[in-house]
Amino acid sequence: MTLEYVPGIPVLRPYVDPDNAPFWQAVDRHKFVLQRCADCAIFFQPPRPMCPNCRSMDALEWVPSSGHGKVYSYVTFTSDRMAYPAMKIPYSVVLVELEEGVRLTANIVDVEPEDVYIGMPVEVTFNNPTDDLTLYQFKSRAS
Amino acid sequence: MTTRTIKDKTAIVGIAVSEFSRDSARTEYSLAAQVVKAAVDDAGLHLDDIDGLVKDISDGIDPMYLQKAVGIDNIQYASDSHWGTSAILTGVTAVAAGICNNVVYYRSANGASGQRAGNDFRAAKEMWDESLDLLRYDFYSPFGLLTPQGLAAMVTRRYLHQYGIDADELAWIPIVASEYAARNPRAVFYDQPLTFDEFLESPPIVDPLRDVDCAPDVDGALALVITSAERAPDLRHRPAIVMAAAQGTSTEGELLSNFNRADIAGLPEMRQMGDELFRVAGVRREDVNAAQLDDRFASYVAMQLEELGFCDRGAGAAFCANGDRIRLHGDLPVNTGGGFLGEGFLYGANVIEAVRQVWGTSSAQVDDADLVLVASGAGGPADGLLLRR
Amino acid sequence: MLDEYRTKSYRHHLRPAVDANLIKDETAIVGIGQTEFSRNAQRDELDLACEAIKNAVADAGLTMADIDGLETLTLDRVSMPTLVGSLGIPNLRFTSEVSFGGGGSCATVMHAAAAVATGVANYVVCYRSLNEASGHRYGRGDGYAEYMTQAPTLHYGYYFPYGFLTPLAWASMYARRWMHEYDIKPEDTGWYSVVLREYAQRNPNAIFYGRPMTYQDYLDSPMIVEPLRLLDCCVDTDGAVALVVTSADRAKDARQPPAYIMAAAQSAPIETEIQTSYNRPIISGLVETWYVGQELYRISGLGPQDIDVAELYDPFSFGGIIQLEELGFCKRGEGVAFCEGGDRIRVDGELPLNTAGGLLSEAYIHGFNLITEAVRQLRGTATSQVADAETALVTAGPGLPTSGLILRK
Repeated sequence: MTLEYVPGIPVLRPYVDPDNAPFWQAVDRHKFVLQRCADCAIFFQPPRPMCPNCRSMDALEWVPSSGHGKVYSYVTFTSDRMAYPAMKIPYSVVLVELEEGVRLTANIVDVEPEDVYIGMPVEVTFNNPTDDLTLYQFKSRAS
Repeated sequence: MTTRTIKDKTAIVGIAVSEFSRDSARTEYSLAAQVVKAAVDDAGLHLDDIDGLVKDISDGIDPMYLQKAVGIDNIQYASDSHWGTSAILTGVTAVAAGICNNVVYYRSANGASGQRAGNDFRAAKEMWDESLDLLRYDFYSPFGLLTPQGLAAMVTRRYLHQYGIDADELAWIPIVASEYAARNPRAVFYDQPLTFDEFLESPPIVDPLRDVDCAPDVDGALALVITSAERAPDLRHRPAIVMAAAQGTSTEGELLSNFNRADIAGLPEMRQMGDELFRVAGVRREDVNAAQLDDRFASYVAMQLEELGFCDRGAGAAFCANGDRIRLHGDLPVNTGGGFLGEGFLYGANVIEAVRQVWGTSSAQVDDADLVLVASGAGGPADGLLLRR
Repeated sequence: MLDEYRTKSYRHHLRPAVDANLIKDETAIVGIGQTEFSRNAQRDELDLACEAIKNAVADAGLTMADIDGLETLTLDRVSMPTLVGSLGIPNLRFTSEVSFGGGGSCATVMHAAAAVATGVANYVVCYRSLNEASGHRYGRGDGYAEYMTQAPTLHYGYYFPYGFLTPLAWASMYARRWMHEYDIKPEDTGWYSVVLREYAQRNPNAIFYGRPMTYQDYLDSPMIVEPLRLLDCCVDTDGAVALVVTSADRAKDARQPPAYIMAAAQSAPIETEIQTSYNRPIISGLVETWYVGQELYRISGLGPQDIDVAELYDPFSFGGIIQLEELGFCKRGEGVAFCEGGDRIRVDGELPLNTAGGLLSEAYIHGFNLITEAVRQLRGTATSQVADAETALVTAGPGLPTSGLILRK
């Protein structure tokens, strides 16, 4: 197990508002969606109320994503100085470039920090740090 | 050596307002994107032309976020100002100093429904409450003096006492505002003008301020575009030339709770701002054809008339008596769109109405509205504009 | 998006004409002031701000009654009305703030200069005051909870649940990618930190005065968030810095030689976040720094070869190194080599850099101490004085909407 939480310390919760609610609601159901402008076929992260390309507010939609991508960069917390106390160190945070072109950060659940590398294929998975919180995460993927 | 001035160097060339409501059912982000795009369209410009964004510090929608939605490629001037609409002055200096082409001022606030950007983080709010300014509220909040209305009521009580004014003499301010509001389709708070009896029946919020003396919070957003006076005539509307813009801040200032001054029954920041405004513009008070004042609290309108030099100290209530002087054909039409009292409290709505007057498109159009004054920030750091045709 | 950056073709034709720029050579910094820099000031930020501002105003040969403008950064725990009352400024005509944290330092001077250049204010004080070491710590996660009430931080909801919540961690993500793309090893990047620490040994005001560092010390310092180690990072500081901006003609009467503002610029290119702009096509470079540099060179008419001393915003050493590339002092990918051995960036080198110790070794007052060091260099009063320093380039925080200045004698 490469991702462990320290009991009794709250995990910080995502900020959810009407603009990004579909994303986090999908995560609750173990689904992964991304925002896209239907007219421009461009994906956005973070979500936004208007497409910056065509400036439409109506053409934005949420579409299912395979959650497949590659590690674009990563950091490893080996010291407790900058780590979040709820997470057992060492832990990694990966920046993943999804096939759709957007990038998202999360932890990686099944790879030791020293084995993470740029270009590593990964895919989305989900975990529950607490009973009332579901997060998307990444796990390794056979390419 | 160049003459250093902002006088007549810039103009407001596009405006946009969202619906104002008690619950927008939208995020501030969504509202902001909508109005910024609409204001730029209104100006006849393109979002690619915008290189500056200015806003109030308290506005939750950061320029970076806005830019991601509306597609502004590179922001090369961005600033935040305190209170009122003082950010407009900074935008004016940027264009006048030749460092920016087109600046958008925007404001987006779900002040009524409370669906604010970042609302969920209560712990963070508590941390923010540690800021040194709010420590001062230790002197007020244990005693139940918690809200802006309460603070304004304290000042109003003193003002009435100091000048021997009866509270009901100020009734004409909300009454005339309601008359203007009834003519303005955007002013949602009055379909019909308020009568004097209805004023008397309006319950006190914090005595001596009544419910109708206090502008309702709203959810809404607005934006306007500032460019150079040279470029302005090429665009869609007749320019609303910024003849002058000014800020006023005084010592012993707080935000609404200026109780430690020798004289608390006034708005010294307004006086400072007004003096600077008229000095830069080089015009007289008599030249002003209409005024869009900060009527977040009705009593502050009376004080603004005094501090801005339209009448003597203590004579503001008398100026408004019976409403005639501040109605459409009076000496100085005030808040011709209904003000915050009629439209809802969102700083910038007063600027928008001033622009409409200059363009000739107001719902209560003043004949020959050649020169219109705007004032914001009553009770704290004040700011204002003189717009002209 | 960002095609200009990739193809190095700046939007000259879209910018206001240089001869319309009223700031250039018509405005100047005429006073600087500060408090002690420490790790535990035992005073609140208002107190520190008042001291720094009084010192700056005195340095300018002015009184508080002359001051009619104030500029600072947002997220400041000093309330503007309270500061005005504490200082007794009788007639403040212009106040504004710049958000974006440390990215706004030079922008405060730019905004002050615009106010001065258009007659809106005569003398504007720009200041920054923070107790980042002893009090409110921006550098640690708890401080950042405060950010969460504000919209620029809407995106932090995607990072905080993953234990990814400090500027160092966010910067490390960039650093890792940079090292990957340019085949740089973490152990190669130490010369930047080493040389800046040398400068701090000649600066009694520096936090690290009396604490020299060797390259071995750098290598021995522990990794904090890989690939960044302790000695790659600035240290939290308590203190305040202030300066006074006015017009060139008023500057003629100043007590000290003025530092004229040749150029000022701000940039927030699209897909920017505060230190987490991970959705840009390129994250191994500092796009906004490039834009700022291009605008500074455009307005001033200078090129990198004309800059005598640079004060670059470096909360993390790799950020300073990449800025050398983005500002054209060396080619892309050659920043590490430029610093190799240290000679080029020492006081008699090709580009003396962060001559008071920079943010890494002098103090971290959100970059304001870099501006004042640039002013000292131009006055000839710096602790590591560059001979015949006539031009100085200063940057603000990289990896977020940023700003910059070119000052001259």
